[in-house]
Amino acid sequence: MHITVKLFALIREKAGADTLALDLPHGADLQQMVEAIRRQQPALGPYLDNMRFSLDMDFVDADTILRDGDEVVLIPPVSGGYGCSASRPNP
Amino acid sequence: MFRVTTEPLDVQQVHNLVKTPADGAVVTFDGIVRNNFDGRAVRYLEYEAYAAMAEKKMAEIAEEMRNKFAVGEVAMVHRIGRLEIGESSILIAVAAPHRQPAFEACAYAMDRVKEEVPVWKKEFFADGESHWVQPN
Repeated sequence: MHITVKLFALIREKAGADTLALDLPHGADLQQMVEAIRRQQPALGPYLDNMRFSLDMDFVDADTILRDGDEVVLIPPVSGGYGCSASRPNP
Repeated sequence: MFRVTTEPLDVQQVHNLVKTPADGAVVTFDGIVRNNFDGRAVRYLEYEAYAAMAEKKMAEIAEEMRNKFAVGEVAMVHRIGRLEIGESSILIAVAAPHRQPAFEACAYAMDRVKEEVPVWKKEFFADGESHWVQPN
């Protein structure tokens, strides 16, 4: 099945593109999609670990099953930092 | 109003948008581009957003605010693109009959924006380097 992946910010720059096209086996979930990206673009590996995923403008879990034609958005950690420390406090 | 825009932000505009005759307070948060990051001189910032989702998430956060606090209308606008030192990157305005819920809801909103709204910022330093800001 055909999946489109949209990239923003740091990972968009590292990929040198704002969209990736993937062919995945039917029934693949987001975790399998990440592994496919890792194989296709090894340089993105270190940046894929703390991504969140969005489908239809909502956050979804890594075990979400994909459907043909889905457009997945990789959401890097949100930067924040408005009038206060740019870093989130450690948990 | 929940919007991502490349245009300069207008505090008076969001203030006027949320205020109704039943309100006794409007609290507005104005997030401003600062000239340093941990003491290192910053020249300017660039913000990037997944705009459609950012607007949806801001509207959802406003709904949370109305559920948790006795507040009325809420507006949030995030600017993207290149922003210079001293310019506003985000405005959050919240109106309420009384001041305390308005203060609390505004602080809550900013915390939630930092968690949920897909906007990223890149700092360009005076020494020529740049980096995407990452939470720890």
